[in-house]
Parts: sequence; structure tokens; C-alpha cells
Amino acid sequence: MRNSKVVTLEEAIRRSGLKDGMTISFHHHFRGGDKVVNMVVDKLAEMGFKNLHLAASSLSDVHAPLIEHIKNGVITRISTSGLRGTLADAISHGLMDEPVIFRSHGGRGSAIATGELKIDVAFLGASACDELGNACGVPRSENAKSICGSLGYALPDARYASHVVVLTDDLVAYPNLSAGIRAADVESVVVVDSVGDSSKISAGAIRDSKNPRDILLAKSAAKVVINSGYFQDGFSIQTGTGGASLAVVKYIREEMINRGIKASFALGGITAHMVKLHEEGLIGRLIDVQSFDKVAAESIGKDPSHVEVSSVEYASGQHTGSATHALDIVILSALEVDINFNVNVLVGSDGVIRGAIGGHQDTAADSALSIIVCPLLRGRIPCVVPKVTTLITPGKSVDVVVTEYGIAVNPARPEVAEKLRAAGLKLVDIKDLAAKAESVIGKPDALPFGDKVVGVVMNRDGSVLDKIYNIK
Amino acid sequence: MMFVPGNNPGMMADAHIYGPDSIMLDLEDSVTMAEKDAARLLVYNALKSIDYGNTEMVVRINPLSTPYGRKDVEAVVKAGVDVIRMPKTETAAEVRELEAEILKVEEEIGAVGRTQIMAAIESALGIVNAYEIATASKRMMGIALGAEDYSANLKTNRTPGGAELLLARETIVVAARAAGIACFDTVYSNLDDMETFRKEVELIKTLGFDGKSIINPRQIEVVNSVFVPTEKEINKARAVIAGIKEAKAKGSGVISVNGKMVDRPVVIRAERTIALAVAAGVISEEEAL
Amino acid sequence: MKEATAGTLESGDILIQIAPSKGLEIELQSSVEAQFGRQIREVIGETLAGLGIKDAYVRAVDKGALDCTIRARVTAAAVRATGEDVWKD
Repeated sequence: MRNSKVVTLEEAIRRSGLKDGMTISFHHHFRGGDKVVNMVVDKLAEMGFKNLHLAASSLSDVHAPLIEHIKNGVITRISTSGLRGTLADAISHGLMDEPVIFRSHGGRGSAIATGELKIDVAFLGASACDELGNACGVPRSENAKSICGSLGYALPDARYASHVVVLTDDLVAYPNLSAGIRAADVESVVVVDSVGDSSKISAGAIRDSKNPRDILLAKSAAKVVINSGYFQDGFSIQTGTGGASLAVVKYIREEMINRGIKASFALGGITAHMVKLHEEGLIGRLIDVQSFDKVAAESIGKDPSHVEVSSVEYASGQHTGSATHALDIVILSALEVDINFNVNVLVGSDGVIRGAIGGHQDTAADSALSIIVCPLLRGRIPCVVPKVTTLITPGKSVDVVVTEYGIAVNPARPEVAEKLRAAGLKLVDIKDLAAKAESVIGKPDALPFGDKVVGVVMNRDGSVLDKIYNIK
Repeated sequence: MMFVPGNNPGMMADAHIYGPDSIMLDLEDSVTMAEKDAARLLVYNALKSIDYGNTEMVVRINPLSTPYGRKDVEAVVKAGVDVIRMPKTETAAEVRELEAEILKVEEEIGAVGRTQIMAAIESALGIVNAYEIATASKRMMGIALGAEDYSANLKTNRTPGGAELLLARETIVVAARAAGIACFDTVYSNLDDMETFRKEVELIKTLGFDGKSIINPRQIEVVNSVFVPTEKEINKARAVIAGIKEAKAKGSGVISVNGKMVDRPVVIRAERTIALAVAAGVISEEEAL
Repeated sequence: MKEATAGTLESGDILIQIAPSKGLEIELQSSVEAQFGRQIREVIGETLAGLGIKDAYVRAVDKGALDCTIRARVTAAAVRATGEDVWKD
């Protein structure tokens, strides 16, 4: 084809004008199955680049090879929503000189759109792309090798990066339309064996559970949703990825059918559970920034009312038109909640980074009702504590905390507490939950933090919320 | 009554959060011979340390005829258990033997009369002697059916309809009523068949049982939905709770209702009745106060 | 005293291995080392002291056990190691 943009990875990098010290970006739609980050950074190392800033939408276990690239100076700065596995462990122990910058998905989208996070070269994996760069996360030919569904986190990169390289494992004939990533934004197309292992897009954070405690939590959370006052025809909902918050959907569905209530839309990471409700006619539209499993990824490829949105349209705090502003109810998980309703979803209670901000800050702040579902105790680890290890979502945007030992409502929301009480739900003071945890497991010793800052947590408005110190 | 294996600390730590009326920590069938000593220590320490709230705590001990039974009694009485469940009970004499054993330990620690007995009947001979067993001790709070051993003893198998258990179930209810104590039905172990489980719970409620034994928290909701308290039960429970308030107001430790003294298990059951009624939506939380 | 073991590696449990030794030595591996390691060692030491055991090598692999579970497992291991039960025969 005339004007084909297809080149080798090395040629694409050379054409991009990438220099030492610049910022490169990636999306994480393949989650634990991602192959693009490691492939590209290996190539950059081989070509002799140094001192690069890696700005990914998130990083996980599979990115452990970055440890070597950090040690040899190829990568010296990281921005991400989350870190997991050995890479997170090494960084928590002080691997890097520069702290990792953590942003929410909405916060990252905003930072890219405003230029606060300037991307020089974006390397974006896609399941189908034509020779001019129209790219998407769903199969468009019989030869398709992968599927990741929505490319929501990659869209701001595609639009605002100075230079965009699409990597694909299925080069299809022009025109690959419609497509989230548009040819006008793309400079080069690189064909590779594999951009990601689709079987792993539901690995990591997502668990489906028969665990009786998760079921108990889910039932309690469903009661909160149903009696909150927001459970009315036309409501909208988002759920996180913990076993319990996924199971909530099942119980809400039953009550929607009982009362003849339908939801106008479901938002965020979309799962098979949500697709099922949509196909049953219980949810009007699915607004999908990230497809959390294969069923969701397939649905977005064929169902016109299941739509892809960028992280800016999804959850930007600066754009009043972002979808979170129209969201009624969000159900989220947490590693820790404190007695002021502050939430930590990033740093484990052992002081090691083991999570992601994701859309937590964004959805909690903008939704009409935010519900945190977490066990009071995970073995001997307390989840309701006097003070969170790291502040991720400020307590003023958290409304209800559901644990197996009781439901606590933020005193700032007396009208919600009133409705739940009237429905016969027993509410507890969150301080009593923290005290209960301590009475069962004892008082934990202080964590052995050092004085080196290894991470900085940004609020979605671009201000600094908290710092993470190295753990010894 | 939820069965929890006595050698599983993870399950013992938070069994009460699912809201069973009572928890039965098991030292008998779910614990291998090699672990009897360790499970006994685990149950002892759990009963002493874990705050199970107002859940009635039951421990199923090993038969006194085994090398473990007497040590089990010593451990759990010292730990302050509410009820000892005696397995494979066949005669009133066995109950009196257990009673004597309990009394010995209670005297040693100065807590005479604290421990109640529940007898599990699991054989044809036990069913024949049901009334004698039910009336063998003033500590006897209830009798229960153990259907696995019983149906094996009858040389038959358990069926979904439960025809083979009918006589045993009716005998236990009749014996318990005649003796003025409670009666509890056996477990149902297929967790994937909630429909048959529900039918069985409906059947045993009709027969007159006070409760059902369960093996998993997932079964609790079904039992509670079938056993919604009656108005009479709610009123009785309210009277007990009023008695508690009155005793508190007077600064007295003795709770009495209509001039009769009530002990801890009665209080526990009254609180449970109100909680069940609230959970089932029969009364509101305000009405419960 | 002979070598003995009690407990399991299941979540919420602790595996205690006890062996003859001079003085008390506790080797602990725990999923909650940072927050509770010190307290777990204390509970192990106190439980052994309560049983009159001053000399022992203890290897503990903890999976988030509560104090009451630790006491039970240490006691069980000690009873098995010494042959002296805490309950009457």
C-alpha cells in the first residue's frame, strides 16, 4: 500500500526521534499477559538508550524484567497507576533513585491532556491495525492472535503523545474502522508475533469466589446498594475487581428483577457479569475503559451499545463531562480503610507496594455513593486501621464501608445512614471496627520504613497526596 | 448449629460472623486420631480467647469410652464451654457418666452447674432409649439426630426424601417435648443442592424440630428463612430481654421473667429470636429495642 | 525431650517444630513478620515458660495465626516432645 507506515521496531524507534531522558508510554490492557513493555524496553536497551522515563497506565508481575533495565540505567523514572510482584517489591526496597509517580486512571488522563505528563513516544499494543495505523483491541480478521477489548487507557497517549508507534500481532487491510486509535495520530506500525496473552487479561486482581466470607460481604454490600436511596430505575453503577465486589452484581441483579428496575449504564472495568446483565436488558449501556475478561472484550467488538471510552472521558476530574460525574453507585475494594474513611489500595500492610490506584480516587470522588467492601481481617492483617499506611482516596469521598463485622457509614452522610437503618441494617461506628480488629489480632508493630521516598501518590487534581518510603 | 472442625484454626477464628445460633467445634469425627491432642488444645484456647459474641458455643467431644473423652471434658469445661455435645449416645447411664465427669471438673474450678449437655443419638438403641436419654440429667438442654451413623446402623442409606429417618426424627421430637428440652436435626452435606436442603429444613420444621445442624455458612440463610420466629416466640423473647433490662436497672446479676430465674442460654436464644425476626423483616430494629 | 511437630501450613495456622537444645532459640518465618514477628516470638516464649521449658530449639512457620492458635500449637508440640500432657489421664 502507498504510504504504508509499517516498519521494524528498531526503525520505528529511530524514526521517532527518541533521545535519552525522554518519556515513553504504554497501556496495560493485556494486564498480566502484556508483552509490549518488555519487548520494547529490551530493544531500547539494546539500542543503547539511557535515562528514560517509563509512563505506563499500570505495571504488574509480568514486568519484573524492568528491574534489570533500572539497574543498568535504561529506565530511571516510572509513572504508573500500580505496581505488583517482584518489581514492586524491589522498588519498595529502594531500587530506584527517583520516586515512582502514582496517578489514578482519571488523573493520568488529565495529566496527559493538560501536558503535565508529556509523552514523547507512545508504544501501544493493538489486536488489529491497518497499515496506516487505525488500531483496536478486538479481532478484525480470521488471523487475529489476541483480544483485549477496550483500549481506553491508550487513547490519551495516542492523541497527545508527540510520536505514536502501534504494535500489532494482526496487520489487517485498510480501513480498520471504526477504531479507537486513529491513523491521523499514528506515525509507525510495527508487526510483532504477539502483543499479549489474552488468557491473562482476567488474571491478577480478579477473583470469582465461593468463599463464604466474600459471599457474606457481597450480600451486605448488595443490601446497602438496594436500600441506599440510589437504587431506582435508571440508576448507574460501577464495581471493582475484588471477589466480593464482583459477587455483589449477582445479588443486585436478583433485586433488579424483583422490583422491575433497570440501570441506565455500567461504567469502568467491564466484566462478564455486567455483560450478562446488559444482554438480559437490565443495563442499558456499558461504558468500557477496560475489558476485564474475554467475555467483555468480545462484547465490545460486536455490541454497539457497549462503548469504548478514553480514561479522560471515563474519569478525569478536570473534565466535567467525564462519565464518573454521572455515576450513582460505585463498589470498590480496599487494602486498608482508616477511622477517617481514608482508603489505601496501593501499599500492603507490610509496607510493600502491591496494588494500583486504578479508578479508585476518581470514582469515589465523583459518584453519588461510594461503597468500600473489604474484610475486617485478612488472616492476621487488619483492613480497618487507625491510620492508613498510604493515603490513596481521601475519606471525604468515601461514604460506606462494608465488612464482615458490620457496616459503617461516613458521618458526613447521615441521610444514607438513616435510610440503611430504616431498612433494618445494623450500622457500627468505624472506630469500633478498628477496635474490634485490634482486639482479635493485637496491635501491630510500626513498619520499618526508611527515609528514602520511593513513591509519590498524586491526587487526581495533580496535587501530592502522600509519599511512600522505602521499607527495610 | 454450625459444625466447625476442631483442628482448623482459620475456620474457628471467625465462624460467628455468619450468624449461626450456635457453633459446634468438633473434636470427634472431623479430627484424626493423631491430631486429637492438638485439636483439644486449639479448641480450649479458642474458647478462652475468641469473642464469639452471643453465639452459643458447643463442643462435640469424643466418647468417654475412648482415650480422649475425659481429657476433652476437662479441657472444654475449664475453657467455659456452654454445651458439651455427647456423640453416639445410647443409654441414660452414659449421660450420667458424662454428668459426673463434668461435675468433677466444675468442682475443681469452682463453677458447678455451668455446663450443659446435648446428646446426639446416632443408633437404633439410642432412638429406643430417647426419652430416658432426654431425661437423664438436668443439664440436658437438647437431643440431636446423627443421621449418617444411624442410617448405617439401620442397614440402609440416606435418601433425599428422608423416609429412612422419619421414625428417628419423630421419636426425637416427641422425647424432647416430653422432657421439655430442645431438639436438633442432622446435617445435610451436599452444598450444591440447596433445593433439597430447603425441603429437608421445611420438613423438619413441620415435624417440630427447634433447629438444623449445618456444615457450611452458605446453609444459614436457608435455615433462617424457614425458621422465621412466630409472634408467640417473639413476645416470649421480648419478656426475657425486658427482664435483662430490669435486672440491669436494679444492678442485679440475676435475671428473672414472671418470677422465674433464667440462665445464659435462655438469654442467648431470646436475643437470637429477636435478631432473626429483624433479619426476616417480621419486626423492625426499633421494635426490637 | 525429643523432636516433635504440631500445627499446619494452612492460612490462619502456625507450624511449630520443637527440638532439644541448650537455652531457648526461636526461628520464625511469618507472613506478618514486620507487624507481629516480635509478638509471635513473645507468645512462643511465654507459652514454653508456662510449661516449664527453658531449653528448646523452636522453628515456627506462621501463616497469620492468632495468639490463641500459637499458644495451642506450641503447647501441643511441647506435650508431644516431653510426653507430659497438660490434661489429666
